[in-house]
Amino acid sequence: MMQGSENIVRKAVKTYGRSRENLLPILQMVRREHNYLSEDQLRDIAKEMDLSSADVYGVASFYSFMDMQPKGKNIIRICKTITCFMKGKDSIVGAIEETLGIKMGDTTPDRKFSLLEANCIGWCHKGPAMLINDKVYTELTAEKAVQALEEYM
Amino acid sequence: MVMTREEKLARINAHQDRVNLIFEQINYLDLMAKVMKLDNETMMQYIKESGLKGRGGAGFPTYLKWNLAAKQNSDMKYVICNADEGEPGTFKDRKILEEQSNKVFTGMAICAKIIGASEGYIYLRGEYNYLVPLLTTKMNDFNQDMKNLGLDFSLYLRSGSGAYICGEETALIESMEGKRGEARNKPPYPVVEGYLGKPTVINNVETLVYCAMIVLNEGGKFKTFGTEISAGSKVFSVSGDADVEGIYELELGMTIQEFVDLFGDGDTKAVQVGGASGFCVPRKNFKETIIGFEGVPTGGSMMLFNSTRSMYHILMNYLEFMEEESCGQCTPCRVGCQQLVKGIQAIKHKKRPATYLDELVKLAKSMRVASKCGLGQSVANPFISIVENFREEIIY
Repeated sequence: MMQGSENIVRKAVKTYGRSRENLLPILQMVRREHNYLSEDQLRDIAKEMDLSSADVYGVASFYSFMDMQPKGKNIIRICKTITCFMKGKDSIVGAIEETLGIKMGDTTPDRKFSLLEANCIGWCHKGPAMLINDKVYTELTAEKAVQALEEYM
Repeated sequence: MVMTREEKLARINAHQDRVNLIFEQINYLDLMAKVMKLDNETMMQYIKESGLKGRGGAGFPTYLKWNLAAKQNSDMKYVICNADEGEPGTFKDRKILEEQSNKVFTGMAICAKIIGASEGYIYLRGEYNYLVPLLTTKMNDFNQDMKNLGLDFSLYLRSGSGAYICGEETALIESMEGKRGEARNKPPYPVVEGYLGKPTVINNVETLVYCAMIVLNEGGKFKTFGTEISAGSKVFSVSGDADVEGIYELELGMTIQEFVDLFGDGDTKAVQVGGASGFCVPRKNFKETIIGFEGVPTGGSMMLFNSTRSMYHILMNYLEFMEEESCGQCTPCRVGCQQLVKGIQAIKHKKRPATYLDELVKLAKSMRVASKCGLGQSVANPFISIVENFREEIIY
């Protein structure tokens, strides 16, 4: 794991360049390829970019999409902001929790799914809405939400 | 007068078709050819006379912003398109980027030519990452087009990572520089010291498209819409308890009553204008409240609530949003948001007397004065406007 993860860091730094303004794209790429940002990786990034590792940790921990703990292969983010809430976001959460056998915030034991809530994802006119990874699902019903999951099973 | 949904939709579409600037199909290469021939002063005159103000919500005159950046002496300048659309209830920039990205890019190129910038960045919120492949293709083609036209200007795309605060322009710059998205003290303003310390214009997606259309029409159509203070039109994101939801471009200056008659479900008790950082307008004020800078300003978010909704739940949802999205660097915002959430919960559960609400209003007012950036300063907007108009719903 160590060797592999160091390679991802090198690859990301090589892709974007060592200057400070590339830190976000680098973190995003490592996060994407490795599923989450480990402390070792953050230290490696700091070393490669000649930054303090505390500084890199501070940046990574600021952003909600920069996961710092192992996550499922697929990340479900259900919008919890007001119009999605009004349109029945809770019943979508309930259906997904039941299907996956986990609670909000958890990851399935097979590491296929993590279930999270998100602030407004920009589909208020078609709520309830959710993201699975980068893909958007709108006008959800419990059935539609469960169907969406099946694409990733 | 009660209209059916179909009648409302027909009226709304007629209004939108009459305005139709943002989503009108144009040949952007023809426009860019025209831009290359026009001198910068002429284009600036069009923007100035249009009276265009920023469409992201803050409403700063676009001409002034561009003019300040143009005046700076610097080896590098930047144009940034703020596509970090995160205000609850706003989703119009997503559609503009999806359908009219070339017009957004053209607006950026016009700005770049005028102020003398050679690089442009689109800062796209992470929630819209599904747009990255499309935008990358369109952007690469556009960069080639600019080369062919002989304009030294290239576009780059940056993604956010789920932080609402990065829509604040100085937090956006910090994020682009690889830092935590924490707002800076102003001045210096980005037009003087922005990205990497260089003069930078940051405009909202919609503002840039209006600039392109204003130059295309040589002022023209845009100016014929709106009011003296709120010139032109605006793209609205309509959601909530509405017969008609979605994205519509309408003239500025209509009253909330006119808006509710068109979109509402006949039972609208309040409209939240401008999202979680905006103002709640109760039914009794619909007739006298103008949508625009002379009344309630908005980045486009219009959320309608009917009489079945609890204003306590709505306020709580906004406050929890702000509490989570506060960057935490300044105390008034960080602690203020937490105390407002705790405070209204305590009142609701009778752990505090109703009069405690007046203390919370004072706290919100302090946050308006003492917070470092727009996030903390604007928490008072929903808080005070909801508490003052729906006090009983918060207490009981």
